[in-house]
Amino acid sequence: MEKHKIVFSGSGGQGVITAAVILAEAAVIYENLHAVQTQSYGPEARGGATRSDVVISDTQINYPKVTHPNLLVCLTQESYNKYSNIVLPGGLIITDPRHVVPNVNSDSIIKELPLYDTVMEKLGNQIVLNVCMLGAVIKILPVLKPESVLKAVIDRVNPKFKDLNTKAFQLGYDMVKK
Amino acid sequence: MEGKVKFVQGNEACVEGALYAGCNFFAGYPITPSTEVAELLASRLPKGGGKFIQMEDEIASMCAIIGASLTGSKTLTATSGPGFSLKQEALGYAIMAEIPCVIVNVQRGGPSTGNPTHVAQSDVMQARWGTHGDHSIVAMTASNIQDIFEITIDAFNIAETFRTPVILLFDEVVGHMREKLVIPEQGKIPVIERLRTSVPPGTDYHPYLPRTDGRLPMSDFGGEHRYNVTGLFHDMWGFPSEKPELVHNLMRHLIDKIDTHPNQICKTKQYFLDDAETVLVSYGASARTAMEVMNYSRERERKVGLLELQTLWPFPRETVAKYCDQAKRVIVVEMNMGQVMEQVKASVKYPNHVFLCNRYDGTLINVDDVKNVLRVIEGRGF
Amino acid sequence: MPVQDYIRKRFFPHIWCGGCGHGIILKGILSAIEELQLQKKDVVMVSGIGCSSRIVGYTDFHTLHTLHGRALAFATGVKFSKPSLNVIVPMGDGDAMAIGGNHFIHACRRNINMTAVIMNNRIYGMTGGQFSPLSGQGVMATTAPLGNIDYAFDTVELAKGAGGTFVARTTAYHYAEIVSIMKKAIQHKGFSVVEILSQCPTYFGRKNKMKGASEMMDFFKDRTTSIGSDAKKADPTLIERGIFVQKESSEYCENYDKIIEMASKGKES
Repeated sequence: MEKHKIVFSGSGGQGVITAAVILAEAAVIYENLHAVQTQSYGPEARGGATRSDVVISDTQINYPKVTHPNLLVCLTQESYNKYSNIVLPGGLIITDPRHVVPNVNSDSIIKELPLYDTVMEKLGNQIVLNVCMLGAVIKILPVLKPESVLKAVIDRVNPKFKDLNTKAFQLGYDMVKK
Repeated sequence: MEGKVKFVQGNEACVEGALYAGCNFFAGYPITPSTEVAELLASRLPKGGGKFIQMEDEIASMCAIIGASLTGSKTLTATSGPGFSLKQEALGYAIMAEIPCVIVNVQRGGPSTGNPTHVAQSDVMQARWGTHGDHSIVAMTASNIQDIFEITIDAFNIAETFRTPVILLFDEVVGHMREKLVIPEQGKIPVIERLRTSVPPGTDYHPYLPRTDGRLPMSDFGGEHRYNVTGLFHDMWGFPSEKPELVHNLMRHLIDKIDTHPNQICKTKQYFLDDAETVLVSYGASARTAMEVMNYSRERERKVGLLELQTLWPFPRETVAKYCDQAKRVIVVEMNMGQVMEQVKASVKYPNHVFLCNRYDGTLINVDDVKNVLRVIEGRGF
Repeated sequence: MPVQDYIRKRFFPHIWCGGCGHGIILKGILSAIEELQLQKKDVVMVSGIGCSSRIVGYTDFHTLHTLHGRALAFATGVKFSKPSLNVIVPMGDGDAMAIGGNHFIHACRRNINMTAVIMNNRIYGMTGGQFSPLSGQGVMATTAPLGNIDYAFDTVELAKGAGGTFVARTTAYHYAEIVSIMKKAIQHKGFSVVEILSQCPTYFGRKNKMKGASEMMDFFKDRTTSIGSDAKKADPTLIERGIFVQKESSEYCENYDKIIEMASKGKES
């Protein structure tokens, strides 16, 4: 397989880092691949710009950060403005139109998904926004089996919220029409 | 390796390694980017009957692990830059009183409060000379999650073998990075238990009289043997002494017990060094970047090798000299102003063949940084 | 066991100056331990740095002579790691209240079962007569050649404010009281603070126009009184002696045992 380099970005508290951890963990635990997850963060616990990088490969990964992602997820305008120009030419950018107005002159492929509005309308709880986003990511870039990612989601969340998270994951997966 | 597979941060791998090695006492104070070590141990230690205490500051944390070690516990503290500065006086005490303990420093940018959430490797010399007075010290590091786990076990083993504090110098990138960890079954990796005295009760026990093999058996506080522990120069019973010959002999013992055992303490990893014309010397997160550049160069038939240092102190001079002296050029890849480079220069036959490729802006040194320096040094231009 | 059996005779005579109160305190602590019939192997004495700290070297227990100000932090590690030990921590006034002040208040707050003895001679003796945080205004010292302008801590009030569950004060003149208070302090379940005023004729006495040790002992006799005595009512400037606080409160190591119990049952994730 080719090396996948994915960057999740947004603001603190949106679950961006958790999403990255889950994706990488799924690769390692359920598909026996190599994966490394890193993050950069500031002093804020909530708000501020958060970024988490995931590299997935079937060979050893040395440099752990992503310089040029083939997939970038931006959940805020600030993160879009900061990171959209690092995407590989022809790479993918996933944004939520509620929060991000993308640049039409980009040479990346932009997928606008109404993640926030759909989650609030169907599930009424923004806590699972990141899991919904993961469902969409795995449909757009099928680097892992969706079951693997869902298993990793369930490993990480409180058993009380297993159903909610499963629904959110499915919601994101179905949101993307191929 | 077989075992339990986890996907964890470096700080968590350190905790797993400590528990594997038998750590049963932690004292600490919250500080970024090491806090996860404390948080995880607060949860994990009591499950096995171990003790976790959050002290009033880093000074107290360091003192508490020394006190606890004297009762027979295997002890750990974890901190970062400013907290490491605060621990220095008590670190010197552990050296002087020969008390085993392990100190984790997940490095961030400095001096002062510096760059708390960003990476640096700028405490290498502080680990060496942070506490006052002549002394030897052991400091180790690692570049990936599995190695953090294993080097943490090594740290406890060395602490017990040599009755010494051992510093683990990680950095923000490896501390927070997540990667696969395989935890082997207990017993697969050797764990060294404390050597306790076999002197029977009622017989004179000498806590500071080395055996012929150089080791000093201990006796736990609360046991039958009562003795004195002090930070002053002391005699073989631990009582203060200013006698010149005692001062001389104790100092020589403290230095020699570490520096004369490089084979047991100095760990390095070697990649493509046998024919290397360019040797990259690196450690911690920087070594990952260096490895990437090495692979890139080898694919292009350039003879680049990597010497990854896992023990920083005592500095593995002989290994460094062995591989660097036969190369045309040596590039030290690190995230500070050349702290290890100075050591490499002091170790090799041709110090003017040693170059520094560094980054100190709080971001991980990247592949282009190293490639560019390599191009310039090889005469291929920037 | 006679008190002499608790000392390391080969280190005598001690290094304290003639007239120093610390020897009286040493005897008082040892008598309390003797009357409580504690086994030598069950006692750990932890000290910091200064004249006071030398006390541990003279006693035949497990002894830990640590860093200036840090005795309570080391002692906390000893006690928390092995709660069955009796941990006694003699400290000087500068040692405990200046450089060690933070550790002191947090040990009071934590209520860990140890006994802190503050041997208060209101001066730094080992370094040659500088004022301490317990010297108070007007005291002459080598670093206050024209008189000290620093206010003093009141050890008892500080310990009470920090949550101390056993707080007492006596003086080197009141030997029997040292023994009785020390016994209660050691038996107290929790952190106990005993301030013992001690005389330093060499530095404090000479600098402050007190002719010698006996005159300083007279001061302890004449200028102190039992808590709530009629003498105190008549003369509020007298220093009170006795046990100011003695209350039941859950102890740190015992509280942690409950954490271990909860954690091993898996109640804590």
